[in-house]
Amino acid sequence: MKEGADLRNEREFPSGKSGQGVGARLPRKEDDRLMRGRGQYVADIRLAGLHDVAFVRSPLAHARIRGIHVPERHRGSVFTAADLVGIKPIRAVSGLPGFKISEQPVLATGKVRQVGELVAMCLAPTRAEAEDIAASVTLDLEELPAITDMLKAREPGSALVHEHWGDNVFLETNYEVDISAALDAPIKVTREISTARQCMSPLEGRGVVATFDRRLDQLTLHSAAQMPHITRSGLAECLDMEEGQIRVISPDVGGGFGHKGILLPEEVCLSWLTMQRGHPVRWIEDRREHLVASSNCREHHYKITLYADSDGTLRGIDCEATVDSGAYSSYPFSACLEAAQVASILPGPYKMPAYRCRTFSVATNKCPILPYRGVARTGVCFALELMLDLVAAEAGLEPGEVRLRNLVLPEQMPFDNITRKHFDSGDYPEAMRRALAAIDIDSIRARQREGEADGRRIGVGISIYCEQAAHGTSVYAGWGIPMVPGHEQASARLTPDGGLELRVGVHSHGQGLETTLAQVAHEMLGIDVAKIRIILGDTAMTPYSTGTWGSRSMVMAGGAVATACRELGERARRIGAKLLQHDPAAVVLQNGEVRGVNGSVSLKAIAHTWYRRPQDLPADVDPGGLEVTQGYKPVRDSGTFSYAAHAALVAVDPDLGEVEILDYVIVEDGGVLVNPLVVDGQIYGGLAQGIGTALYEEMPFDASGQPLATTLADYLLPGPTEVPAARLDHMETPSPYTQFGVKGIGEGGAIAPPAAIANAVNDALRPLGVELMQSPITPHRVVAAVLAARAADRSAA
Amino acid sequence: MKPAPFSYERPRDLDAALSMLAANSASAKIIAGGQSLGPMLNLRLVQPELIVDISGLAELKRAEVVGNELVLGALVTHADIEDGRTADVTRGAMRGVAANIAYRAVRNRGTIGGSLSHADPAADWISALAALGARVTLRSLAGARTLAVDAFVLGALESALHPGEIVEAIHVPARAASAHWGYAKSCRKTGEFAHAIGAVLINPAAASARVVIGAIDTTPIVVTDAAELFGGRIAADYKQRFDVRVADALLVGAGIDDAAQRHIHVSVLKRAVLEAAA
Repeated sequence: MKEGADLRNEREFPSGKSGQGVGARLPRKEDDRLMRGRGQYVADIRLAGLHDVAFVRSPLAHARIRGIHVPERHRGSVFTAADLVGIKPIRAVSGLPGFKISEQPVLATGKVRQVGELVAMCLAPTRAEAEDIAASVTLDLEELPAITDMLKAREPGSALVHEHWGDNVFLETNYEVDISAALDAPIKVTREISTARQCMSPLEGRGVVATFDRRLDQLTLHSAAQMPHITRSGLAECLDMEEGQIRVISPDVGGGFGHKGILLPEEVCLSWLTMQRGHPVRWIEDRREHLVASSNCREHHYKITLYADSDGTLRGIDCEATVDSGAYSSYPFSACLEAAQVASILPGPYKMPAYRCRTFSVATNKCPILPYRGVARTGVCFALELMLDLVAAEAGLEPGEVRLRNLVLPEQMPFDNITRKHFDSGDYPEAMRRALAAIDIDSIRARQREGEADGRRIGVGISIYCEQAAHGTSVYAGWGIPMVPGHEQASARLTPDGGLELRVGVHSHGQGLETTLAQVAHEMLGIDVAKIRIILGDTAMTPYSTGTWGSRSMVMAGGAVATACRELGERARRIGAKLLQHDPAAVVLQNGEVRGVNGSVSLKAIAHTWYRRPQDLPADVDPGGLEVTQGYKPVRDSGTFSYAAHAALVAVDPDLGEVEILDYVIVEDGGVLVNPLVVDGQIYGGLAQGIGTALYEEMPFDASGQPLATTLADYLLPGPTEVPAARLDHMETPSPYTQFGVKGIGEGGAIAPPAAIANAVNDALRPLGVELMQSPITPHRVVAAVLAARAADRSAA
Repeated sequence: MKPAPFSYERPRDLDAALSMLAANSASAKIIAGGQSLGPMLNLRLVQPELIVDISGLAELKRAEVVGNELVLGALVTHADIEDGRTADVTRGAMRGVAANIAYRAVRNRGTIGGSLSHADPAADWISALAALGARVTLRSLAGARTLAVDAFVLGALESALHPGEIVEAIHVPARAASAHWGYAKSCRKTGEFAHAIGAVLINPAAASARVVIGAIDTTPIVVTDAAELFGGRIAADYKQRFDVRVADALLVGAGIDDAAQRHIHVSVLKRAVLEAAA
């Protein structure tokens, strides 16, 4: 289980076996406040003179604004686009050729293009009063035909979201490697597969408290945000301010998942408002706003063909993928990240000689689609893994066998797949074999032959994926979006009493970085993790960073912390050598002290001398001091590839359509794990979200573009009783390119479950002639499919 | 999600409550546990001028067996029933229903009278109590009247309550020693509202049955003359004689044209029949 342990060496892992360094199963430091309800979230911030904002939002999906009527008594408390002089719309432009630009006005101008779009901002001493004002504002709207079906939206003659485009396609891409070579394959399977539109649902929604400090000439925006530095850049662009005039503080954040990486029109509105009014203003998203007007994700459609030889060897994939991108391109990831990513990641860890993928990012009258944990990978994994089960059925093979025949082999590492994704390391077949053994595929097959006493049918499903993480400059430069990650910085400062302060530009909203980054620093310096403070979530306090997204923080900020601590240790070592009156070459830093043959001096004593008793330092001491900022990039920045094989055992009731997960196994390889306990937590949380995608979560729209799941009574999230106690197994294949060999694993848990669960349901129902190719798998969809199969059976007979 | 402004009164006795309701009959809402009204207020789906909080009315918290029936005050909570703090004349039937209503937090505050008054088709009591043959007493300043539960619920979120009237008590007849009870429902997840409910009270000895198909879009289907569902007669072999085609036809008659929905309803009802026979 602990391959990584063999790979430890003193240079890379100087802490030895202190129990606090890299690899330690340390409980999270931040849980002391978070688990006691003492976290400080945006909604906990109280500022003198704080006023609340409620928004008037569009009740229609698509309409021309003829007028906005504000009652006389509320003029002065209601603001519309006409008031926002000089404020620019949000523009998230991709440099990919052919991308069509959308401009998202922060308050609607001319047209509204989605239900929930901001139309007017209402200010009052309390939120309830602000909502009363909002309710008094009436809109005169001329309803236009709503575009709600992404496939129809692609057809000529469709109504248009952005008239001047001439069509509804943000971006079309084509990728092909010799597809003609696959066409004569004996197995050819074609299906349409789709994943529902979902809403990311962190416990905490978005929220903004804005205030202006006249002394500093600075706007301070408190926002529940994952990427405060990027938020600042976006704000500066929309407000036409210098970045130095803006400080973004992101306090404790209750879950992000991508939703909190996006620049909000609300953030721009409240920034403008506090500068107009001279007092702090606040907007806290409520769950209805969250569901109706924000956080949408995941809506994919695939028309996909797999070609294979009769022994199950893949000959090629041909795919046309469409993503419903919604009305606007969101900042900074743009409207095309999702669809264009499909083309590059669809082949995943499988070998094949031919491939073609055409993608469409389509504008509709829905919320902008945002990148949700796993981004396009969840949809891609769903499409490809469902198709591979069909290839297995055609070839008469176990689904596991088809995977094993096509997965990249460990001896092929590093491996460039057909879309030139560079796999750094790993043993994918071994993960699959372990998952199959753990779920005990053989005894499940025997049990299936016997049948269930309760009339249900059981089925087993597997899936495997790869997760490119912490991909950097070389990958993102090609996208040409407003954000390209470069070297990640970290600052490390030894305090006069021998503690350590670390400043990083990433953020932690559930990932446990206050613990894991402290473990990295402990690994390098030997300082007790209890004496290491992590400072994050504040543009004024931290080095610039693109923030926490793309499973990058442990790789990038972890690497930066290690690099900064190494340099800090080196400086402390040189001072220590002076204090020990040693040649610097003859002393080492070990377990928090500088040691030479004559004795040792602790980092604490070195810090005390440097700050409090500089008179004890020799005149020729290095003046650099005990505070350093260093940057880091992996040896290659094309990303780490973590992966996992998932296996699910389900029981399906064909009459009620209910699906129960009886067993769930995950064999995961995230490279060297800094904290396996934290990794387990990430996987369990991701699994819960994946189960949501598989069985529960769906945001339907009616033909007029009205979202139909506007409360949590209609938008179902899995709860404790819906998430089984999964069994986890870890492999630890180090990345050859990163500090300590770590890989990003933050998103993986959410990627594979929909495919594994759908394959399990289909395995259970295949004898009935049932095939489900759409998520979520609801009771109604199951029963409708069972009835359709029975009807087909009857008409055949 | 903040409610529109409203006035709030918390009367000390039922007469005071009825007077307040009579004086504000067009614009008053009664709140007890608030498990349904609370969200509706916050979503501004209802905007009453006055909220009359009846949670302090001791006379509506009583539960007693009177003659051959149990009389439950409207303020008895689901948890009171679940935990056995109230008497039971249904031989565990009501306790079983109560224990599976939503989540415990909802059961702690939600009341049986509130659930009936709200008349949500997917709620448990309107189906379960209809199957048990319960009646409900409504009171206003003008006096009291008593209706069968199935006559009380008129449609989705629509009851027979007149303005100024309040659910005072629920009368549950004792379940005969020979009567079999079955209750089944299908929910997307634990604690969610059901999308199908089946409730049956079958007394083969008396050749009678009450059958309810609930959680359809409107008022539950209540069959009091249920012989046709069991091949023309209700006897000890009713389990074998249950006729899914008759149940399906009832759902078609109720306007449910989606075959999968009907199939789920019929299957759930069948579960209830099997449970009764078990």
